[in-house]
Amino acid sequence: MDIGERRKERLDRGIKVRTDGIYALMSLRELSYLTVPRLVFILGILILPLVMPSMYWQRVISIVCIYALLALSFDFLAHFAGLVSLGGAFFIGTGGYIAAILNTSFGLPTIVTIPISTLLGAAICTLLLLPCLPLRGVYFAIVTLMYPLVFARIIEALNIFGGTDGIMGVVSFPNRWVEQYFMLTMVLLFLFGMRRLVNLDIGLVFRAVKDNDQAVRASGMSITHYKAIAVFIASAMGCLGGACLVHIYMWSGISQFALDFSIIPIAATVIGGAGTLVGPILGCFILVPISELLRAFGTLRIVFYSLILVAFIVIRSEGIMVYGQRKYHQFERWVKV
Amino acid sequence: MDILIYGTINSIALALMALGFALVYGISRVPNFAHGALYVVSGFITWSFVRAAGLNYLVSIILAMVITGVIGALIYQFVLIRVRGMAISEIIASYAIGLAILEGFRWWGFKGMTYTLPVFLEGSTDIAGIPVDFHRLLVVGIGGVVVAFLWLFTHYTRIGLALRGMAQDERAALMLGIDSDFMAVVAMAFGSMLAGLAAVLLLPLGNIVVEAGYNVLILAIAVCIVGGLGSWVGAVLAAFLIGFIQILTVMYWGAHYQMVVALLAIIFTLILKPSGLFGQQKELEERV
Repeated sequence: MDIGERRKERLDRGIKVRTDGIYALMSLRELSYLTVPRLVFILGILILPLVMPSMYWQRVISIVCIYALLALSFDFLAHFAGLVSLGGAFFIGTGGYIAAILNTSFGLPTIVTIPISTLLGAAICTLLLLPCLPLRGVYFAIVTLMYPLVFARIIEALNIFGGTDGIMGVVSFPNRWVEQYFMLTMVLLFLFGMRRLVNLDIGLVFRAVKDNDQAVRASGMSITHYKAIAVFIASAMGCLGGACLVHIYMWSGISQFALDFSIIPIAATVIGGAGTLVGPILGCFILVPISELLRAFGTLRIVFYSLILVAFIVIRSEGIMVYGQRKYHQFERWVKV
Repeated sequence: MDILIYGTINSIALALMALGFALVYGISRVPNFAHGALYVVSGFITWSFVRAAGLNYLVSIILAMVITGVIGALIYQFVLIRVRGMAISEIIASYAIGLAILEGFRWWGFKGMTYTLPVFLEGSTDIAGIPVDFHRLLVVGIGGVVVAFLWLFTHYTRIGLALRGMAQDERAALMLGIDSDFMAVVAMAFGSMLAGLAAVLLLPLGNIVVEAGYNVLILAIAVCIVGGLGSWVGAVLAAFLIGFIQILTVMYWGAHYQMVVALLAIIFTLILKPSGLFGQQKELEERV
């Protein structure tokens, strides 16, 4: 048959429909249809540190987790609250500097600095972004792109927080197993937490803010209030990543406001599948190791993933995860027109 | 007095950097985040023609501008046109292209003192007791000519009028037989040529470095946002505003703050009045 005479039909698998409701519990087959992908993902992540060949690659896992947290926060903000934030570096930098200051100036241990810098950092980020929350689309994106640049320049110009040298001598994690499993647990916790959150009532409001903010306003709810909550959640993830980064490298500096932290999570989200929450994390697990492999090429790797990003945006903008979900849940067949 | 002279020079330089960005955004609504990269590309092409190939300076400048224009048109035709209308994809795609170009140059070993362009005219003169070199005067002169030329071009030529029609109402322009995609390519080519022109005018005053690409991008965005995205008159006026504020901060606080001024100008403008001084955006399109 020619292309003109046939078309591809796409239908949900029967098992997908059956597992949508409470009937999922009726048979082992339906149950495993739901649980196997999730279990494979969780177990895969948990055994990752054990199968890594060297210390170096174990360190890479921790870095991947930081980017994964950032990508998760980008995906949540962009596709569930409608705020495209290009300022992942701002969250990382805020969390990182707070953790470094708490640790070096006040001598607090890691177990205290990380929660404090997560919450305090998120509060600071939300406060600073509060005036921009009424902005939409391009305007919000540009403002958030400028924030990390401004802060890096201000730290440089005023020579505060160690100036261009940064803050050194931050305490590291007790050992590398604690470091990796803490990071991985945090990623899993936030991932499933966010999946849960976006299906709660508040998640519905977030999505409504994204789709039609005037309708939300007409329902007597404050848009700014909900946007602020979304930014707080997202920046908490970013600040947690930043605090961990500082403790991993035992150093905090201006490079935490670098564009890397803004661009890689976006690339990972585009590649992994926007709006799926798992996709960006998978994207990070693909992109960051590739970027590490290419470390010998210096800045050429930035060229490399910029081009991947462009290619994905232009040619295949749905991403790996959306593609995979489609294949898993649906089957296709040719039908005659 | 020196504030007035240096401020004017700085403002014209900013206006030159920003006009290309303003032109592209004003017509096709595509924020061209590869603007800074095109600036550096043009500088580099001129350098390689003059220093490596030994061509005449004027010829290589014209060639460089044309090539930059073609590169801009290609970027639009093959990448940006496919994400047109999706504001965030436009930003990410054009920014990624710019990043790829700039970091490619950096990887290729494009840094340091060796890459300089000769100034057009050697020597300097005194204006009211302040020494100003001829090249800077030339920049002011050419900048004024470019602004005047753009005004005449968009008001009295067919293509210019078509571009303005697109900027005002794309659908109406389509109905009057203006090919909007082609016009957007033309606008992008023009914008890239303006970036190229700014590069060949301003780069002889310093070295050609990769960082210039990022700085030019930030300054161009700052000028365009303060002036109002899509408004050319606003862009020129905002260039003078930011230019003079920058010179004042350099005089009284230090050169460190020059960039902070531009960044803070962006943030405050967006928070207080996102449409800028002369923007025509509707309130609802930009904020809730």
